Amino acid sequence: MSTGSEIARAEAVGLEAAPSGTPAQPLLQEPGTLAAFWRRLRARKSAVAGLVIVGLLILMAVFAPWIAPYDPTATDWGNVRGAPSLAHPFGGDEVGRDVLSRIIFGARASLGAGLVSVALAVSLGLPLGLLAGYAGGWIDGAISRLTDALLAIPFLILAIALAAFLGPSLVNAMIAIGLSATSTFIRLTRAQVRAVAAEEFVEAARAMGNPPWRIARVHILPNIVPAILVQATLTIAAAIIAEASLSFLGLGQQPPEPSWGAMLNTAKNFMDEAPWMAIWPGLSIFLAVLAFNLFGDGLRDALDPRQRT
Amino acid sequence: MLRFLARRLALAVPTLILASMIIFALQQLLPGDVATALTGEERDPQVIAFIREKYHLDEPLPVRYAYWAGGVLRGDLGESIRLQKPVAELIVEKLPVTLELACLAMLVALAIGVPMGVLSAVKRGQAADTIANGVALWGLSVPNFWLGILLILLFSVELGWLPASGYVSPFESLSENLAAMVMPAFVLGNAIAAVMMRHTRAAMLGVLGSDYVRTARAKGVSPLRVTLRHALPNAAIPIITLGALEFGQLLSGAVLTEQVFSVPGFGKLMVDAVFNRDFATVQGVVICTAATYIALNLAADLLSAAVNPKLRRA
Repeated sequence: MSTGSEIARAEAVGLEAAPSGTPAQPLLQEPGTLAAFWRRLRARKSAVAGLVIVGLLILMAVFAPWIAPYDPTATDWGNVRGAPSLAHPFGGDEVGRDVLSRIIFGARASLGAGLVSVALAVSLGLPLGLLAGYAGGWIDGAISRLTDALLAIPFLILAIALAAFLGPSLVNAMIAIGLSATSTFIRLTRAQVRAVAAEEFVEAARAMGNPPWRIARVHILPNIVPAILVQATLTIAAAIIAEASLSFLGLGQQPPEPSWGAMLNTAKNFMDEAPWMAIWPGLSIFLAVLAFNLFGDGLRDALDPRQRT
Repeated sequence: MLRFLARRLALAVPTLILASMIIFALQQLLPGDVATALTGEERDPQVIAFIREKYHLDEPLPVRYAYWAGGVLRGDLGESIRLQKPVAELIVEKLPVTLELACLAMLVALAIGVPMGVLSAVKRGQAADTIANGVALWGLSVPNFWLGILLILLFSVELGWLPASGYVSPFESLSENLAAMVMPAFVLGNAIAAVMMRHTRAAMLGVLGSDYVRTARAKGVSPLRVTLRHALPNAAIPIITLGALEFGQLLSGAVLTEQVFSVPGFGKLMVDAVFNRDFATVQGVVICTAATYIALNLAADLLSAAVNPKLRRA
């Protein structure tokens, strides 16, 4: 079922960096283009803005204990659903915990889930995709059918089902999201490998008698890295939404540990009395997702000028 | 065309079988004894023994799969332990609600996404294009459950215009039904609108650069007529087929949207089942989703091939 329309669809959603038209063209690097790439990336204000926000969010997550004004799990009965004030700029939640501190610490769950689950998806998807694309034959057939089957189950529905069967916890949510995203990387890697393997320089390397594993490592892998990088960045955005969704449903980070999605779940019950409980966590998720999307889009344009629309 | 259909079916059927295997194998992930896990709160050894018997839990995994898959083929998706009802019956009961939501959401998505995509393609590189792209980026980045909460805050809590929840069947009162569905449909359609905008823009840019459009322009056809009469109908085909594939996205989104607005549909059924540890229902919902997605994918492929003979050789 891997049709051109499938790939084009994924591309328009920003799920797959493969350029339109099958087979996908590799994002080939010309020699010495790192500086040129950086120049093109810097020229895109939105990409730079995305990168800056991502950087700030990572700093916030790493240095959370030093930045947060309060312990994110400490309750304060004087601040139950407390309106925003000087002492608590973002207000207090249903048991008087400081919302600002919980937002700051919540970045750890969101970014952690985004990075870990995508790392898992890449480390599973890349080798399988390489194998399918390079080995061909029945190995390719088997891996491709498996990928099709996984892709037939919508991403979030698969993640929810996996998280439900694994049991609710942040680690299980990361595993569930990572496994659900793996099929995208298998398919992308496979398409890229097949495109690069058809190039003349690979043909030449083969003619010179290089063993298959060496061709895969030295000639193919470096040429597919840019596309994987773009896809990984955009998938982090999807994974952050997925973690927030799972936590919102109660299948991710468990209370009292802070997570933006879980905070929204509680906030839903206090919309009349404490609307600020709903504003900040949602804004944080939005900002994080937007930042990775902006950066990913910019990265794609900067890595392959041909693809600019 | 028949050979194309046969080839596509030959791919779709094994895909569905594999997907069903994956979904079935999910229960192997349950910690501890499957029978105990499936019974949930119930600890009565008789009940556990009954479950063990009913789901053939003493048999090896492939045999259990064969029993389950045989049931699925006969339309028997198992029994919801919590609700004491066949899963298939529950799904048939909830599906129309989600279908209504999905259709309304698709309407919203088309009404926002297509004009925006056309505009941004025609005004490529200009302010309208930038704005449309910004709106699309917002649609792709805003978590839809948060958007739902914001809309409830504004239209239900502050203004009191729309109900925050409370589904009414359209057969009881169409106006109340629509009042309850407006916000969920907008929330769900919002993200798809962004995708439709990007599809439309890409398709329109392709068509607008083609020779026959240039010819039409050279003949002095007005820009509006070129856009709407010459370009859009040809760009519509990929938009429609790609739109069909957004179904999976719609169902994923419906899970959260229905949760926020307490819409008693397919997604809510799944989430409730997850929390009741009603795993037969979870599996039933997921297999139905996968089957529908594969069927739509097939339909989209056939539609594209019917319109474009070159694709039939693919």
